[in-house]
Amino acid sequence: MSILIGRETRLLVQGITGREGEFHSRAMAEYGTNLVAGVTPGKGGRIAIDGTVPVFDTVSEAVRQTGANTSCIFVPAGGAPDAVLEAVGAGIATIFCITEGIPALDMVPVVEAVRRAGARLIGPNCPGATSPGRAKVGIIPGSVHREGRVGVVSRSGTLTYEAVQAMTDAGVGQSTCVGIGGDPIIGTTFLDILKLFAADDETDAIVLIGEIGGAAEEEAAAWAAEHLAHVPKVAFIAGRTAPEGKRMGHAGAIISGGSGTAASKVAALEAAGFRVAGSPTELPALLHDAGYRGQA
Amino acid sequence: MKIQEADAKGLLLEQGLPVPGWEVARTAADARAAAERAFESGASAVVIKAQVLVGGRGKAGGVKLAGSADEAERVAGAILGMDIKGITVRKVLVAAAADIAKEFYLSAVLDRAARRILLMGSAEGGVEIEQVAAERPEAIVTVHADPLLGLRDWQARELAFRMGLGTHLKAAVGIAKGLVATMLANDADLVEINPLAIVRERDASGSIGEQLVCLDAKVTLDDSALPRHPGLEALRDLDEEDPTDIEARRAGISFIKLDGTIGCMVNGAGLAMTTMDLVKRAGGEPANFLDIGGGARSDKVAEAMRLILADPKVDAILVNIFGGITRGDEVARGLIEARRQQTRDVPMIVRIVGTNADEAGRLLREARFETAESLDDAAAKAVAASRGAAA
Repeated sequence: MSILIGRETRLLVQGITGREGEFHSRAMAEYGTNLVAGVTPGKGGRIAIDGTVPVFDTVSEAVRQTGANTSCIFVPAGGAPDAVLEAVGAGIATIFCITEGIPALDMVPVVEAVRRAGARLIGPNCPGATSPGRAKVGIIPGSVHREGRVGVVSRSGTLTYEAVQAMTDAGVGQSTCVGIGGDPIIGTTFLDILKLFAADDETDAIVLIGEIGGAAEEEAAAWAAEHLAHVPKVAFIAGRTAPEGKRMGHAGAIISGGSGTAASKVAALEAAGFRVAGSPTELPALLHDAGYRGQA
Repeated sequence: MKIQEADAKGLLLEQGLPVPGWEVARTAADARAAAERAFESGASAVVIKAQVLVGGRGKAGGVKLAGSADEAERVAGAILGMDIKGITVRKVLVAAAADIAKEFYLSAVLDRAARRILLMGSAEGGVEIEQVAAERPEAIVTVHADPLLGLRDWQARELAFRMGLGTHLKAAVGIAKGLVATMLANDADLVEINPLAIVRERDASGSIGEQLVCLDAKVTLDDSALPRHPGLEALRDLDEEDPTDIEARRAGISFIKLDGTIGCMVNGAGLAMTTMDLVKRAGGEPANFLDIGGGARSDKVAEAMRLILADPKVDAILVNIFGGITRGDEVARGLIEARRQQTRDVPMIVRIVGTNADEAGRLLREARFETAESLDDAAAKAVAASRGAAA
């Protein structure tokens, strides 16, 4: 098993007829993801992606007709929180929200509604996830991956591609790569993903890619120290040179009042048994140092 | 986005919170006139406060009392034009000085870890809350607003009692709920009152009573929500922004100027920070953080190049693009066009991988750009180019 997505994934794309939605739906289907439906209100009855994917007006109709169990949202920021709630209402278990620029307070009741429904939201403002060789949901370029047994979790987009490419180039494959998103309020944290990797019998090592701001990396490190003690673990933290009080692009990436610094995160990760890389290109070698010997 | 105290107080008033009156003055003469009006209304002294978007105004001498109109004019004249942490004071707030019986702290903030709104209060107001948190964490009381139902009365009452505001319960509950209302109405990340104060006031009949009022206000707004609050965008203080920052925001580029010599142009915030870190690791100093965002076209690349070159300290540029949504060939075309337009010749190291990287590489080679394969290699070459330029 991989985590979150795999061969059992039956994917639905909300916003499939938009520019981004269509472009990435095509890439997901080409990668081999089982893309079963699209939803765009008012465009039900059409067939998208070269006549291969039926479009529905509502998520519940799409679920009824196609048995979709996973959703990927490309709806613009104004409608994205509602799109998440619609997916929850239709019984979708795993929801990826790629949309960026959603006001943080809009997400507060949404993540609570997702939690109460027992569903899982990844994002918003995330690149999605790939289980190489099985399924890709979101916008991570399929070409960076290689099948393998290292679980990758990251807060960034292009930095994740960079890190995964470095692993692939070195022959180190991945079980699942997950981008959890750079917004202040997100549905799934580093800790949540580490718990899933810990329970996954096809993940033998962990790569965590964090950045300055908040304390989510520290929280995940503390848990890993106890529950992933014997699993090879490496990490990279972006923002060692970021000055205090300046928001580095991501709404979450800010050092304030001396907390959320790269130094505090590196210290917490090292104390928890992670080897911390100085550059993404060092990740494969550090995995080896940590005792990971590739596909067994 | 940070806004000035006076504007923050305006947002509190809109939600019905008790905020004593104030005026904003841009000249010492205007400050004198405002002070005269306050004295006519019965004030025995006025407070003059620098309006700047940085903390520590009081320590820097930007907050002063005045006992007469003459003194108000003199004090305002001294504060206006003063430099506080690199910001020139252009406005002052003038208000009747309050007769303070006791000061408290109260704020509402977005708690990322809990994914809820957090109310935080303390009976130790008027001092920096970070200091209280570090020295006496037990002096801070907190409660989370329900994510679906908001801050309920019982929660606000409990908070008020724990803060020692039992004697002003009704007012305290109204203010706590008002902070949450202010957050929601304006998409604020933070609404902070420090101090929230019990003040002595003489009513119309001449007898003295106590009131709970907001004497200061700090509000920061969620940038992502500004498009739906056009009125709030008008509160942006352009006086305190670097012209480059204003230009970057208009172009949709995330840009932060730093002190080094190597300009950086990257797609994605995490990768942009990483690129800066690797420049530093290779022995150089980054001149900026710059994220051109996803799917950037050639015109945006040219705009980013102008922003970087506007800094005279920049003597080398590192371009690092990992194409996903962004197409490498578009970026390459933008770079070629930007170099044609640029007035200053600065060595440029370009690394483009991912979507359409082959086409990008061909274009860059034809245009004789120096390219790099790996990120580490790109950083090393940029540092070498910067040293060569400086030598």
